[in-house]
Amino acid sequence: MSVTVKIPTQLRAAAGGEAEASLDGATVQEVLDGLFDRFEELRARISDEDGSLRRFVNVYLAGEDIRFLDGLATPVKDGSELTILPAVAGG
Amino acid sequence: MAVSHLQCKECKAEYPLEALYVCDQCFGPLEVVYDHSASTGDVAELRRRIQGGPQNIWRYADFLPLAGGPPGPSGRLASRVGLPAGCTPLIRADRLAERLGLREVWVKNDAANPTHSFKDRVVSVAVTRARELGFETIACASTGNLANSVAAHGAALGMDSYVFIPADLEEQKILATGIYGTNLVGVEGNYDDVNRLCTELCAEREWAFVNINLRPYYAEGSKTLAFEIAEQLGWELPDRCIVPVASGSLFTKIARGFEEWTELGLLDGELPRMNGAQAEGCSPVASAYAAGADVCRPVKPSTIAKSLAIGNPADGPYALDLARRSGGGVDAVSDDEIRAAIKLLAETTGVFTETAGGVTTAVLAKLAARGEIDPDERVVLVITGEGLKTLDAVRGTFETRTIAPSVEAFEAGVRQTVSV
Ligand SMILES: Cc1ncc(COP(=O)(O)O)c(C=O)c1O
Ligand SMILES: [Zn+2]
Repeated sequence: MSVTVKIPTQLRAAAGGEAEASLDGATVQEVLDGLFDRFEELRARISDEDGSLRRFVNVYLAGEDIRFLDGLATPVKDGSELTILPAVAGG
Repeated sequence: MAVSHLQCKECKAEYPLEALYVCDQCFGPLEVVYDHSASTGDVAELRRRIQGGPQNIWRYADFLPLAGGPPGPSGRLASRVGLPAGCTPLIRADRLAERLGLREVWVKNDAANPTHSFKDRVVSVAVTRARELGFETIACASTGNLANSVAAHGAALGMDSYVFIPADLEEQKILATGIYGTNLVGVEGNYDDVNRLCTELCAEREWAFVNINLRPYYAEGSKTLAFEIAEQLGWELPDRCIVPVASGSLFTKIARGFEEWTELGLLDGELPRMNGAQAEGCSPVASAYAAGADVCRPVKPSTIAKSLAIGNPADGPYALDLARRSGGGVDAVSDDEIRAAIKLLAETTGVFTETAGGVTTAVLAKLAARGEIDPDERVVLVITGEGLKTLDAVRGTFETRTIAPSVEAFEAGVRQTVSV
């Protein structure tokens, strides 16, 4: 299953300059693991030591915050779009 | 100028004073750091310098993140550049205090700003910094009041503006934005959807989003509320402040303002107890506080307090930390309590606030009823917006008698207070 991951500007340098990556996986977790395998530097930027998302990182599946879904265990479909964004905006 | 650099609040990495808001190492928020080493020492001189400044937020320019100082000559009611914000009234509210069984309550009425909310403080600072950085277009994601302010500041400074709001905002807030000739975009979704969209757009456009890429500068503007409160109390700290919380920026920066002045010797004493106020229909910070959590779980807002309807608060963890370390708290109130509190404030002080001020006043009433406030405390209630912007909240709460224009009709139709 191929999922498009949108990479925020702040992480592009650590992702070979790419704004998007196409990855396989059945859950958000699997897609992110694939992303970290491809760009090892991203792992520590996005995740804590215990593998959960850092507290200032938001991940959206088709525009919905994954915390309203099943978190990292949320299933993804072929053609889904996953967006990683900083959480510190707004107000 | 004392402004020095940007720094990550989490990992302390340093960044230049540019349009940056997030640490690319750890995704933590960036904050402005100052170097006041040149000005410490002579407190009397510092106070004189502030008091000799203009009657608006630029009197605090030494504590704001502008490389070039204030944007131009201005006073409370006159300005060569932009809309002068701040220097709003601090009103002793004895009748309100009496109703709540307290002794000393003050109302900081920040509805008395150019576009009738505290947002003019943060926008003045962000937009002035945006001009220094060479931006030609300003923008924002807004729950309403920020929209009014960004559109008005764009008009005043002749800058293009793009304002993004949830499409179902109060009509008054939409009208009071569009009139300034901004590019107004209603987004189908809630504020958190608007914010996500703008965070994505921000990466693709050369615009100054005041609360995204300019957020470190924007946030500093809220410190001026603390500076004013302290100055208006005769260079003294209050014992407690009640402050509305949406993203948590205002709440945390008011405390930062008190701390900064205390560190410089301008104020003496403990940080006031900081009480955050949220609506039950959007209370991610109050819920996390009650649960003893140090991060907030996002929520889908449903409350009449639309200006506070941020379900995913950026400064949530810092707001929780502040509430705990200051001995304050974060409470939530129902929509009915909000409506009743708008009325209570209006009837006892003559100040008509929007729903956000209803939230704040209702939390004050709740704390007083719970006996959490020592009657001898000096409490400041921070009223951040104007009642005329949320008229639906008060519709139907009183009755108007319509009579024929005759004394007889008046005598027959209107019950009068008998004076003895
Ligand atoms: C009237 C009013 N008060 C308070 C706030 C809270 O601001 P913050 O996001 O800084 O917590 C807002 C924010 O939109 C507002 O419009
Ligand atoms: Zn950092």
